[in-house]
Amino acid sequence: MTMPTYVGMPAFPKAARAAVADTRLRGNLAHATGTIRARRAAAVAELDDWAELRAAGKAIKDHTLAHLAHYLELLEERVTAAGGTVHWARDAAEANAIVTRLVRATGETEVVKVKSMATQETGLNEALAEAGITAHETDLAELIVQLGDDRPSHILVPAIHKNRAEIRALFRARMPSAPDDLTDDPAALAEAARRHLRAKFLSAKVAVSGANFAIADTGTVLVVESEGNGRMCLTLPDTLITVMGIEKLLPTARDLEVFLQLLPRSSTAERMNPYTSAWTGVTPGDGPQAFHLVLLDNGRTATHADPVGRQALRCIRCSACLNVCPVYARAGGHAYGSPYPGPIGAILSPQIRGIGSEVDASLPFASSLCGACYEVCPVAIDIPEVLVHLRARAPKRPAERAAMGAAGWALNSAARLAAAQALAGRGRRFARHARVPRAWTDTRDVPVPPAESFRAWWRRTRDGS
Amino acid sequence: MTARDDILARLRPAGGDPAAAYAAIPRPYLRRHHENGLLDLAAERIADYRAAVHRVTEADLPAALAAAFRPGAYVVPDGLPAAWTAGIDAARLAGPDADLEWAAGTVTGCTAVIAETGTIVLDHGPGQGRRALTLVPDHHLVVVRADQIAADVPDALARIDVTRPLTFVSGPSATSDIELSRVEGVHGPRTLEVFLL
Ligand code: SF4
Repeated sequence: MTMPTYVGMPAFPKAARAAVADTRLRGNLAHATGTIRARRAAAVAELDDWAELRAAGKAIKDHTLAHLAHYLELLEERVTAAGGTVHWARDAAEANAIVTRLVRATGETEVVKVKSMATQETGLNEALAEAGITAHETDLAELIVQLGDDRPSHILVPAIHKNRAEIRALFRARMPSAPDDLTDDPAALAEAARRHLRAKFLSAKVAVSGANFAIADTGTVLVVESEGNGRMCLTLPDTLITVMGIEKLLPTARDLEVFLQLLPRSSTAERMNPYTSAWTGVTPGDGPQAFHLVLLDNGRTATHADPVGRQALRCIRCSACLNVCPVYARAGGHAYGSPYPGPIGAILSPQIRGIGSEVDASLPFASSLCGACYEVCPVAIDIPEVLVHLRARAPKRPAERAAMGAAGWALNSAARLAAAQALAGRGRRFARHARVPRAWTDTRDVPVPPAESFRAWWRRTRDGS
Repeated sequence: MTARDDILARLRPAGGDPAAAYAAIPRPYLRRHHENGLLDLAAERIADYRAAVHRVTEADLPAALAAAFRPGAYVVPDGLPAAWTAGIDAARLAGPDADLEWAAGTVTGCTAVIAETGTIVLDHGPGQGRRALTLVPDHHLVVVRADQIAADVPDALARIDVTRPLTFVSGPSATSDIELSRVEGVHGPRTLEVFLL
């Protein structure tokens, strides 16, 4: 499959070892994930019916995946009827070629971009650059990443690995309009970014976006965001090109009543994110007058064909599973070698790329199977179940040993972590044996937990390493 | 085989009738989390985002709006009730085709408010203007009638035509991208003021 593995990307173990040794990175990560975790728990606890919403979210996504061909055809019909054009891409290369051709047809050599996992997955910016087209990332974190020739390390907070002092230094060095007396106050840094991007928004003719949801029976596409850069890109240019994975569908607009509750609370820990935009094809006199929707497969149909692995396609990219993962907290996002870090990355990347490379073969082992990711997932993806399933498919010996060596390294003798894991383990057993009213685990049976803990397993199997 | 046919073929066959299966999806979640006091709830939740909330009578609205104006011109969309802006010098008001970059702000109505989440929904119809109008100017004054307040997300969605261009606004734009500390006012209007009638 053609989600490019980052060039020179070592397997998870090696990359994780480097990250664990980087105390500043670990400090940034620990602060960030801990903060989001606490805020999210409060936002979720505010809704008495979270377990019911979660069950409905899972059911709606499962239904959509079961009838995906039907809903995709319906979406195509409705988008077309509303004045949009639908394109289909089997893989990253096809998607990039379609977008490049569409941008070229406008005669423009610059595009503004709203944060999009799908185009990170296809390596669109690099493909556009080869065609002489400059893509400007407009999400603050993506801008930080782009200015630093860096890679995102978190789905929601891609620059989570950078602190304010590092960002200030980066802006001073790489942003021509940044004032000389720029401080490292986040408000001042955000203001510098606002000025830097405003001119681009007001003059941009072409925008490229991703999508959070698309409604099959109306042809409506939605982008959920915070900063307003999304609104700028979706509103001001003449041409809008949206690249969307084929699994992002919802059957009807009614389903938004579930997902617009699940996503903001689970993701940014807000009752509602600052801005959500929805559009249906083209509206005369308002917004882009040309709209292209590129539907991306890139390994999703293969994932869809695996009865256990398919559930990964329910993911709404909230990133909650990253923030509770003890391995992510120590290893950081870059170790996962893909735009999708953390527990979801560990099950998504090997499926959509195939377990060909060293990094993909090692990803299913980048977990302690503690189950925290499953408990927090708003669409109840049983990540441990898929990990175990993929481990069985991975080419065994060398990768496994190497991976376990590194995951072990990442987790090595951290007393706090051991305690956290023991707690998570207890939570799992408790959930299995007791009825916990309103607990998320109510929505379905917790899978049989691993008979031995990760640490015990690692100790037992490390003799070969 | 085209990419389209290829992708669709890989996803088939699917069993059964999608419509019947869809109708059978259980939806045991609540339609609303609060029954009463929606006006108070909306005011509280909107204010939680540090948007300014003014509770005014229809009679007091023109004076309240005028008091909120900053120096410069404000854009008003077609279809905005003229009485709302009766307290303002007509020279300060610009039509929807004005140069938005130089406008100080904009005054609009809305389609619905979600009390539970403090969200204002715009469908960019009469009295709200095309999307750019509530995006480019820095100061957004929005007037909400009490009957536009929906209790919760499901209620609100039932009132909305999703095929219109839609913007859900919950407070001023914000970012938490730098060390997760919240900064308000990035690219959208940096100040949101809500007038609840
Ligand atoms: S797997 Fe679940 S928790 Fe993780 S990002 Fe996806 S939806 Fe969120």
